[in-house]
Amino acid sequence: MTEKKDNRNLYLKLFTSFFKIGAFTFGGGWAMISIIEREIVDKNHWIERDDFLDLLAVAQSLPGILAVNIATAVGDKLHGLKGSALAALGTILPSFLLILLIAIFLTPDMIKNNHTISAIFMGIRPAVVALIIAPVITSAKAAKLQWKTVWIPVVTALMISLDMGTVSSPILYIVLGALGGFAVWKISEKGLKKR
Amino acid sequence: MNNIYVQLIWAYIKIGIFGFGGGYAMLSLVEKSVVGPGWISETMFTDIVAISQMTPGPIGINSATYIGYVAPGSVDPAFQGVGWGILGSMLATLAVVLPSFFLVLYSSHFIRRHQESGAIKAIFSGLRPVVVGLIASAAILLMNSANFNPNGVTWQLVTNIIICVAAFCLVFFPIPWKGKKIKLHPILVIILAGLAGYIIY
Repeated sequence: MTEKKDNRNLYLKLFTSFFKIGAFTFGGGWAMISIIEREIVDKNHWIERDDFLDLLAVAQSLPGILAVNIATAVGDKLHGLKGSALAALGTILPSFLLILLIAIFLTPDMIKNNHTISAIFMGIRPAVVALIIAPVITSAKAAKLQWKTVWIPVVTALMISLDMGTVSSPILYIVLGALGGFAVWKISEKGLKKR
Repeated sequence: MNNIYVQLIWAYIKIGIFGFGGGYAMLSLVEKSVVGPGWISETMFTDIVAISQMTPGPIGINSATYIGYVAPGSVDPAFQGVGWGILGSMLATLAVVLPSFFLVLYSSHFIRRHQESGAIKAIFSGLRPVVVGLIASAAILLMNSANFNPNGVTWQLVTNIIICVAAFCLVFFPIPWKGKKIKLHPILVIILAGLAGYIIY
């Protein structure tokens, strides 16, 4: 009986955590990393930081909405199918409900030309950029970068931010990273066998 | 079936499957799928993008919800009304989410089953540095004039840079508070930044 209740509390906590994450994610999936890190890694200790990095790799490698993919991967890691459904639902619901209310009661012009809302967002947008810079540093620590590997994120970031079509596609670098890791492993395995 | 709801679901399933890179990378695909068949006008699409930028949540969800609400009524007068709209937005939102939901679920299970294999470990050791680079590129791409200087005014640019640096310091460095060191919650920092924007602009 108590175990059932504990479980229910955990599910509720997972849902409310991701509801918060969904409600305060401005500017796409990457912006939510800071909030997820704080809620999932720092506050509740549900996932280790380097495991979180692996989940991000999976979420980004697959098609679909990044924020929902991250929520699904984290929820699944914690509580399987139920966990992932709750986390994904929590992420979606705030924006779903808000947009629905706007669609029913307001016209686009009332939002677009509202001075108060645009002023608030003038302040939020630069802060969102800061919220993405912070996890660059924490994830660099979690990835245990060394002098041998530090060029990889630098080149990846530069090439993608050049925004030059296929050469700048994130998918390309995910594939290269996976192949590179695999190749290094194969080569070092051969070396061990020879010795 | 030529029913608008079936078309909506199909369009958003396709967006969910072929939309790589998230957010803005998906927008051109969304535009083609919903403006093309005449569900909404080009102007309305631009409006929806603007609203998505001014509301929280992933832009893919925002657009699915809004277009799902509007499209049925605009295509067939029989589907005008709040109930039909809500049905459309629920179906479109689910359609865009479900394909990747199951893909992520399946991949995670596959990886977990093979997590002890050397190959999987090796692949992730190669992926980790790349993910760091991906996050960095997202930050670099957002350091643009739309976010820092939309009106082309120097004092606003300077103010926004200050907001960005201050927000970074607040989330990253612990501040002493009643003998303990605490880091501000990112949500609190967003609220503070919104407040600063409201007061300044």
